[in-house]
Amino acid sequence: MTATAIEEAQTARSLPMDRARALGRLKFADGGFRWMTLLSALLVLILLVGVAISLFIGSWPAFKTFGFGFFFSDAWSPPKERFGAAAAIYGTLVTSIIAMLIGVPVGLGIAVFLTELCPPALRRPIGVAIELLAGIPSIIYGIWGVYYFKPVMQAYVQPFIIGTFGAIPGIGSLFAGPPLGYGVLTAGLVLAVMILPFVTAVSRDVFETVPAVLKEAAYGVGATTFEVVGNIVIPYTRVGVIGGVMLALGRALGETMAVTFVIGNATKISASILAQGTTISAMIANQFADADPGLFTSSLLALGFILFIITFLVLAAARWMLARLEVKA
Amino acid sequence: MFIRSLMSAAIFAASVSCAWAGDISGAGATFPFPIYAKWADAYKKETGNGLNYQSIGSGAGIKQIKAKTVTFGATDAPLKADDLEASGLEQWPMVMGGIVPVVNLAGVKSGDLVIDGPTLAKIYLGTITKWNDPAIKVLNSKVNLPDLAIAVIHRADGSGTTFNFTDYLSKVSPDWQSKVGESTSVEWPVGIGAKGNDGVANNVAGTNGAIGYVEYAYAKQNHLTYADMVNKDGKTVAPTVEAFQAAAANADWAKAPGFYLILSDQPGANSWPMTAATFILMYKKPADVAASNDALKFFAYAYDKGAQMAKDLDYIPMPDNVIALVKKAWAADIQQK
Repeated sequence: MTATAIEEAQTARSLPMDRARALGRLKFADGGFRWMTLLSALLVLILLVGVAISLFIGSWPAFKTFGFGFFFSDAWSPPKERFGAAAAIYGTLVTSIIAMLIGVPVGLGIAVFLTELCPPALRRPIGVAIELLAGIPSIIYGIWGVYYFKPVMQAYVQPFIIGTFGAIPGIGSLFAGPPLGYGVLTAGLVLAVMILPFVTAVSRDVFETVPAVLKEAAYGVGATTFEVVGNIVIPYTRVGVIGGVMLALGRALGETMAVTFVIGNATKISASILAQGTTISAMIANQFADADPGLFTSSLLALGFILFIITFLVLAAARWMLARLEVKA
Repeated sequence: MFIRSLMSAAIFAASVSCAWAGDISGAGATFPFPIYAKWADAYKKETGNGLNYQSIGSGAGIKQIKAKTVTFGATDAPLKADDLEASGLEQWPMVMGGIVPVVNLAGVKSGDLVIDGPTLAKIYLGTITKWNDPAIKVLNSKVNLPDLAIAVIHRADGSGTTFNFTDYLSKVSPDWQSKVGESTSVEWPVGIGAKGNDGVANNVAGTNGAIGYVEYAYAKQNHLTYADMVNKDGKTVAPTVEAFQAAAANADWAKAPGFYLILSDQPGANSWPMTAATFILMYKKPADVAASNDALKFFAYAYDKGAQMAKDLDYIPMPDNVIALVKKAWAADIQQK
């Protein structure tokens, strides 16, 4: 923009216009531009703080009434006006953990295959497929989850899990219960599919930045592909990989519709991961439109505030991890 | 040429915005949505006046009318007289319907299965977990009940259907009343939450061993298997318009302030136990008198000419004496000039 303005000023030299005025105009335009960008940046900050404050004000009655107990109680009874966030927090964290446990290794595996092992003819189609998978709206995953995935879980996967692990003392209670299809595990698996493309797309891009000379040197001294990936590629790209993983975790924590469809929306904590549960965003999506003003609405806003804090903590943890890595490197 | 097309576009836009401005706006219960839509269609053909009804749920309907964003609110859970007084709202019943238990069991057809209130409460409390439980067997000696877990399906969102369902369970089960209670959304001891009457219908249809509760029209439209019920008099009844009507006939609307009346668990040999009315809320002193009058004209039309349409969709029209009472209340309470 400034460059064209200078050209303009130069072509205008033949016109009766003094140099100072032209420069003044440029300075004015530059200053205006700076202010505009500064305002845009400030707007983001103002919005963020505004959302946090309004959420906190809205949730204050709930925090005041229930105190710290709000975080640890799994009660959710509108007629008795007793509310607690534990069930929703628990469901949010457990579904995300299941999704990460499956999505991250598989996603990294796909990325390694694509960059290190894949025949060039296959690289493009698989890459495009991954990118398309990332672009599918979450409601479609929800529909797929209910109509195709849930019946498979109910008929085959869950009876197998209950039969195989359900009788083991100790961890058996994790896999107990009737196979109803809906549940925390089903939601976690759908989430795993949803975050897969994020992990893969980001890690593939950063894997490609590894200098070929490093890898070739490692191969030259006799390293296997597994050793090259473990000792060269991942350490070289860990900052980017962690970024991709955190992006995926962010999506898993906040995902609403797909989870609501398959988690079963039960507002309590069960020992079994096959049992029904709920998440913070599923609770808000289901109940907010209908909630009575007062403690009910306030408790839902409090849930929103807690999700806000959880996402903030995740981001902060990611920053801290990256900062430590950079110091080491 | 260009100017002409521009002009016709402008005229079209003007006519559209006019039609829109004339629409009656309302929001609330999903339970009566099919019949409101049908009435609105017929009314539009006759008068040219349309209805813009958002079926967002009873609780949301109450919220919207209290926020004055709509001309009328619709709810299945009636407001109590003191709440009406405090907010300056008039309330009346518009139409009635039945809530039916629906099941998904291989080999079981509509009418094969019989269930009573206490057993239904125990299933929803989680004390009965299998289909071959003795309590269900006693009621169904002829049905071959499998050793299958019961998948309890309930509403995840706030709902007038839930209000009427839990109100019934509270009446027939002291356990339910003390542990759960009745409301548009409750703390369900067990089960899978689904959104809307449609969501419950879909989940029941797609889950082997499921039981749920939906408004009768939704059960019929989705070809779901419904169960018969044992009513207050101990008689087994099937969900039919006659059974809903029998329950409604007992209701004494004249003695109910603000038309606050819940029709569940009514006496009578033929009464369907889970019958419910759905209500309209409007301001006694409307901010926009013309819009309020338009809405009243629509409701008068629905009362006078909509009875057959309601029956076609398996709703029960209000009896004539109740309609007379409602119209008297309009004239006395709602400012029309």
